Amino acid sequence: MTTLNMIKPGEHAVVCGVSGPIRRRLTEMGFVRGACVYVRRVAPLGDPMEIRFSGYSLSIRKHEAADISVERVSP
Amino acid sequence: MKKRILKVAIAGNPNSGKTTIFNSLTGTRQKVANYPGVTVEKKEGKFNCSGYEFHAVDLPGTYSLTVSSEDERVARDFLLEENPDVIVDVVDASNFERNAYLTSQLLELGRPLVLVLNMSDRAASMGQKLDLAMISELLGCEVVETVGSRGCGISALKEAILRASFSSRIPNAVDYGQEIGDAVSTIASKIDAASEKSSSVRHKSRWFAVKLLEAERGIDEKLAGFTGSAAKGIYEEARRMADGIEGHHGAPMDILIAERRHGFAAGLYREVQISAPAYVKGGFSESIDDILTHRIFGIPLFFAIMYAVFYITFTLSEFPMRLIEGGIGWIAESIEILWPAESMLKSLVIDGMISGVGGVMVFLPNIALLFMCISILEDSGYMARVAFIMDKLMHKIGLHGKSFIPMVIGFGCSVPAIVATRTLENRRDRLATIFVIPLMSCGARLPIYTLIIPAFFPESWRPKVLWIIYFVGIVLAVAVIKLLRVSVLKGDSSPFVMELPPYRMPTLSGILIHMWERSKLYLKKAGTLILAVSIIMWFLTSYPRPVFNPAMEAGSRQDSEVILQAVALKSSIAGKIGAAIEPAIKPLGFDWRIGTALIGAFAAKEVFVSQMSIIFSLEGEGVSSMTEVLQRFYSPLVGVCVMLFCLIGFPCFATLVMTRKETGSTKWAIFQVVGLTALAYVVTFAVYQFGQAFGIGLI
Repeated sequence: MTTLNMIKPGEHAVVCGVSGPIRRRLTEMGFVRGACVYVRRVAPLGDPMEIRFSGYSLSIRKHEAADISVERVSP
Repeated sequence: MKKRILKVAIAGNPNSGKTTIFNSLTGTRQKVANYPGVTVEKKEGKFNCSGYEFHAVDLPGTYSLTVSSEDERVARDFLLEENPDVIVDVVDASNFERNAYLTSQLLELGRPLVLVLNMSDRAASMGQKLDLAMISELLGCEVVETVGSRGCGISALKEAILRASFSSRIPNAVDYGQEIGDAVSTIASKIDAASEKSSSVRHKSRWFAVKLLEAERGIDEKLAGFTGSAAKGIYEEARRMADGIEGHHGAPMDILIAERRHGFAAGLYREVQISAPAYVKGGFSESIDDILTHRIFGIPLFFAIMYAVFYITFTLSEFPMRLIEGGIGWIAESIEILWPAESMLKSLVIDGMISGVGGVMVFLPNIALLFMCISILEDSGYMARVAFIMDKLMHKIGLHGKSFIPMVIGFGCSVPAIVATRTLENRRDRLATIFVIPLMSCGARLPIYTLIIPAFFPESWRPKVLWIIYFVGIVLAVAVIKLLRVSVLKGDSSPFVMELPPYRMPTLSGILIHMWERSKLYLKKAGTLILAVSIIMWFLTSYPRPVFNPAMEAGSRQDSEVILQAVALKSSIAGKIGAAIEPAIKPLGFDWRIGTALIGAFAAKEVFVSQMSIIFSLEGEGVSSMTEVLQRFYSPLVGVCVMLFCLIGFPCFATLVMTRKETGSTKWAIFQVVGLTALAYVVTFAVYQFGQAFGIGLI
């Protein structure tokens, strides 16, 4: 299963599901099934990552991104 | 007839310009920033419209109304329990869909709603056009377009609030689809039936029904407050229904409901959109980000910007600082001349009050310029990037990326640094950060280092020693945080899901307001607290008066006035305390003189230097400078120990007051002073004893 932390900068993905302790928070921030996300970049030290979707940018740690299962898609 | 005051709650996402709208409505000047979570306090203000008085409350900016953070809990409880007459929902028009998620929850609260499409100029410039009449019809609320930063649309907003508060128009509810929708209706009607007598829950039954299905923490108790004993049965029924739906959909209820809300937001956006914004790839904001968060250049640029901040703060402030210093000197001299008779009262005014308050006033340009820089960084959106860049490092230590900024400010002054921790959402993160801020060597310690380092170290070594001192502070801070994290502040640091807002041009007025607010706070502190401490310190260092004739003791020495002071200081309470604690500080290499000066340093760190020079005027026979005196009396090892102790121990009084104020906990402030002083004692003891044993730094 692919999770969001495995997606490389510049790649697109579609959210399949969210789990883990902060799943509600993540869902509220817009990580819902079917949402198209784009990994904009990874911070200079390798963590966190910047995710862009529906017009805004979020920063999320890889540890938390691992709770978001996604499917890689082409733009 | 007494007119009713109408209550208005202002809600909205972080970065939606909510605070700007609040300021424009009420005219109270506050901080304007787009760093997430700045508005953590409850802010209130009043405004009038058509002869009616409105009482507005600026709620914390939230993305949702669940209780996953303190901010959200505050906002939710206010909306639920205070029954505002109108809810104003401030929405970033250029980000309508994501802002509409919160709107979907506000609609359920059963209060008249005014939807504010803020930053409509930006949305329009992106080519987006929304059908306001359609939004109003679909949601059942008033809709107003504004540009908060320019004050456009504010009078229309006031009128809309007035209309809304007198209409009985309850917004339309979110459609959760057949299955969940039916469950919500069933539970809502049960709540209505159970709360026949209490009208306050009337329009909130749908909201409660949704929350019951989501099984939000503590919701059963909240409901019991409205419906009494019936709550338990309703709660159980809701759980049964939720279980059924969850089984059917194969996903937890809270996720299903959140998805429906997002669906509602997306649907609404599609419905009311006349023309879509043109998404420009590689737009202004993104090109800046490509440079500022670049994999290689990001960190060096960050340090360059930090360096620029410090350069501006400490170099540009030199001239105004000299002016203030001159001004204070002039006042003291004028009093000296106009008040010829020597008296204790005169000494209190000049040596106690003016020099004490003056010593703090001198730092005003520093504070003002530092906050100018911080407000530019915050308002432009760079602060969120700092958190982004530094989070990995800070997370390793056990903190949050946002802790970095307050700690950097700590190198200037602990007082504003502690205020800056307000951006931290997690209380444990915040307490840990506040605790270690005094370990960031502040500007007031610099005079101590510049006194001691040149006395004991050769020219080439001086910068290195200074760096080492700063570095020791940082290392200790990391160690202390680690220690706190496994003891009193156990628990995860907050998750790092944070919005990176688009870059915005900071407004001049915003920066000036921010500077003024902070300077005012600082001056207020100088006028009240520092004044009080100065007076106390003056008493400690002036009383009791020497019983013998100081002139006799001074004998034939020259410079008799200074010697008189020194004799007085030795026989004062502070001098006696210094002598009394000598056995305790002896293992650190300190004598009564250093002890006395350290007591002074509690009021403000830099006082250590002036206290030392007064004390040594008594002993300094035939020597001209403090440097020579220090060299004669102490070893380099003692010099290092003094610097270490001043760095680690006894946060100054102003810092402690700020800690108490910002944490709301006297215990935490006491813990801070006791903990850090104990740490200082242990470290200094170890260094001194080690040096003694191995003969390092004795000459």
